[in-house]
Amino acid sequence: MTNLIVSPLALSFAVTLVVIALIINWHERIGLEKDIIVGVIRAVIQLTVVGYVLTYVIKLDRGWLTGGMVAIILLNAAYNAGKRANKMPHAFIISGLALLVATGLTLCLLLVVGTIKFTPSQVVPITGMIASNAMIAIGLAYRSLAASFHDQRQAILERLALGATMKQAASKLVRQAIRMGMAPTIDSAKTVGLVSLPGMMSGLIFAGINPTKAIMYQIMVTFMLLAATSIGSVIACYLMYPQYFNQDLQLNHEF
Amino acid sequence: MNVFELEQVSYVPNDHHVLDEIIMTVPAGDYLTITGPSGSGKSTLLRLLASLLTPTSGQLNFMGQPQSSYDKPTYRKRVSYCFQQPTLFGETVQDNLAFPFTIRGLPFDQLAASAALDKVDLTDRTLTQPIVELSGGEKQRVALIRNLMFPPEVLLLDEVTAGLDKETKTIVHRLIDDYHRQQLTILSVTHDDSELASATNMIEIRDGRLEGQHD
Repeated sequence: MTNLIVSPLALSFAVTLVVIALIINWHERIGLEKDIIVGVIRAVIQLTVVGYVLTYVIKLDRGWLTGGMVAIILLNAAYNAGKRANKMPHAFIISGLALLVATGLTLCLLLVVGTIKFTPSQVVPITGMIASNAMIAIGLAYRSLAASFHDQRQAILERLALGATMKQAASKLVRQAIRMGMAPTIDSAKTVGLVSLPGMMSGLIFAGINPTKAIMYQIMVTFMLLAATSIGSVIACYLMYPQYFNQDLQLNHEF
Repeated sequence: MNVFELEQVSYVPNDHHVLDEIIMTVPAGDYLTITGPSGSGKSTLLRLLASLLTPTSGQLNFMGQPQSSYDKPTYRKRVSYCFQQPTLFGETVQDNLAFPFTIRGLPFDQLAASAALDKVDLTDRTLTQPIVELSGGEKQRVALIRNLMFPPEVLLLDEVTAGLDKETKTIVHRLIDDYHRQQLTILSVTHDDSELASATNMIEIRDGRLEGQHD
């Protein structure tokens, strides 16, 4: 396991890699220098804090504390997914509900069949994985929904004018948004092992676990993420699209 | 029986006066031509009647009942609005003519669609034609019969002949006149000289007010 230890000195050398990214940005005038610096600082602070918190939570091994960590992850994920919804009303609540159901169902299933145990060392990282993937899927679905409602405004109006219900007028857009949300997870499932060796599997192999066992876990993660992103995208999209209409079944003007 | 009764209907979103205190009635079976300068509020009036917009004040009745009391999809199947530059859905003409069936939960009736296409001088081979291959006039004709696959009680036409060639205009006029003879109530916004010349019942809207209407 000694080969897994990253010394502060080694980590500080890794900063060179960030500098390379910054130089490329500056040279090519991409304009993301500020975002990269903020991202790096946030990553260092957030991961350091989480590292200490996780150490404490795992050491204490209390159910309520594990639940609290899960709640914090879900609230953060809901807030970030909601931000992708272009200031749509109830975005936080809708995202929260979608994430709660998607993560909750997937997690419960894993716990019930005994794939993972209700210990902080297993529940917290798995929740993070599920919630972050569902959050990205929901965010992408929101973006697709907003773009479609903007670009296809006239077509939606015409469907409404012909007597379509809200669902009939928007079902195509909703399906498209769900597809968009799930696309990265499906693409990643198709190429897993061929292109990417995902984080969890790599981590287990790093830690000296037999690769075949690590792969078993990765298969579980792949299935788990497929379920979570589809449940999350479907719930978020079906709860979000009515927000584009007013009570008189007209398109809201401000969106 | 009046199809529409408007009592001081206004549309003033964000203090912007688009329509001001319109008072009018439209009897059943009427063919009302609506004219006026661009931006005067003609299309807004049609959209209010189609329930695609809601009056900010006033009373709008349809068949003696407040418009707001109707279920919107049901109302819009009875009062059908045709857009000036329509958007066709999906890939083919059939996708468009099938839509009115889909929203009614009915199977697509190809014979009815062929008959409708025939009324606007299009053959049933058009059904499988991709919409991107249609000319502007063909698109407008397909859009019009899409509104008429299940004949409504009122047809609201928003400059549907604008930009069409003379031949297509004749086809569209023939179709509309045919439906009007069958007692369909028609309200048509137009700038077309020939349509204005042949109009028997006409109102003019200027600066959001019905011309001749006073405070």
